[in-house]
Amino acid sequence: MAATMSNVEEIRTRAVLGEFGVKNVHSSDFPGNYPGYDDAWNMQKFLKNFRIDIVNLDENTMEFDMVGIDASIANAFRRILLAEVPTMAIEKVFIYNNTSIVQDEVLAHRLGLVPIKADPRLFEYRNAGEESAEEEGSEIDTIQLQLKIKCSRNPRATKDSSDPRELYLNHMVYSSDITWVPIGNQADVFADFVIRPVHDDILIAKLRPGQELDIIMHCVKGIGKDHAKFSPVATASYRLLPEITLLETVEGEKAERLKRCFSRGVIDIEDVNGTNVAKVVNSRLDTCSREVIRHDDLKNLVKLARLRDHFIFTVESTGILPPDVLVTEAIKVLMTKCQRFLSELDSPSME
Amino acid sequence: MAGEGEKKPVLEMVQADGADEGCVTFVLHDEDHTLGNSLRYMIMKTVDVDFCGYTITHPSESKINFRIQTRGGVPATEPLRRGLKDLTEVSQHVLNTFQARVNEFKKRQEDPME
Repeated sequence: MAATMSNVEEIRTRAVLGEFGVKNVHSSDFPGNYPGYDDAWNMQKFLKNFRIDIVNLDENTMEFDMVGIDASIANAFRRILLAEVPTMAIEKVFIYNNTSIVQDEVLAHRLGLVPIKADPRLFEYRNAGEESAEEEGSEIDTIQLQLKIKCSRNPRATKDSSDPRELYLNHMVYSSDITWVPIGNQADVFADFVIRPVHDDILIAKLRPGQELDIIMHCVKGIGKDHAKFSPVATASYRLLPEITLLETVEGEKAERLKRCFSRGVIDIEDVNGTNVAKVVNSRLDTCSREVIRHDDLKNLVKLARLRDHFIFTVESTGILPPDVLVTEAIKVLMTKCQRFLSELDSPSME
Repeated sequence: MAGEGEKKPVLEMVQADGADEGCVTFVLHDEDHTLGNSLRYMIMKTVDVDFCGYTITHPSESKINFRIQTRGGVPATEPLRRGLKDLTEVSQHVLNTFQARVNEFKKRQEDPME
């Protein structure tokens, strides 16, 4: 039932999940390692074997497969998605009045983490050297936001209610209370698109009558490496495609137990000549918990492995940019990095 | 060479005295595993490279020491340049494939709705 692969092929393409460890984790297909194999970099071979399959894509999450690429490059994309794709986030908080119970610095920290729906590609980085000279910032690198809210007692509340929603007005400060103050020509550039936080219902602070907040905020462009608030993804991760091979026919009650060792939908029982036989239906759904190894009579019937060049990426955006745009930007960042060093190598200062 | 006035160095070459041009350590500033590992992979796939590795000297400093040793008298900047070019080509191909597939997926999503 299972086609046994030659040993060399297995070492070259799969990471095997054994009972006590994982084998063949690192890529070893470098020229000279395997006699008889030509492992030098061949762009044609890469173009032939590489493919991307989009599994699902909606406005905030995306799942896609990248096949035929090495782990180091797939990991580079993942790291760039987390830390080097720029976004706009609140950086400077000018607090004119804060009589709430939340401390200034805690409030500023919370405001920084609110995701702001502004396309970072339309803005520039702020020049680091001119911090002290210009604290205003210009229209090309700053977004100005304002939060001005005062809590008061509700005159129309009934005498003996104790529900704060009824007794007070504006006692919860949500991110929907943050308003945009266009500077310079931003009102024309962003005419049909209001800059506001991505989510309206992020609770920022709670107030009681008499307390107020009067805050001006400046958003700048930054990357996740600098501060996690600039990271455009809720998370970006990948896993390798699992591969489950049955080394012998498994039937009857053992087949039932084998089915329960894996995630639902991985193994199916089908009827062959009157007996129940286990069959691997969809190994992609498996979470590789290796439960089968805990059963002594089942552990030698199955071989668990993962394909080393098949990556199942999951990208969850915070809502600032759609996930397919994020992946595109991440790939462009990697190209920019390479270009930077290429131009540095070719510049006259390197001899 | 690099670092005149306020300019920050981007790439430096460190070579032992008397060694030939094939064994060089490059210091790449403001880089980490993201570029280091992927570049190392691309350069290791070149045939005339004897040794290729990178190290992050200290986690608090964002720079990597990238060492290339070649065979046959090839200057070490050659595999570095080729590796960077190949990595750029790979990224470009990934970008094109990805954008094509996304557009296809989006179109397929719209069609059954009609």
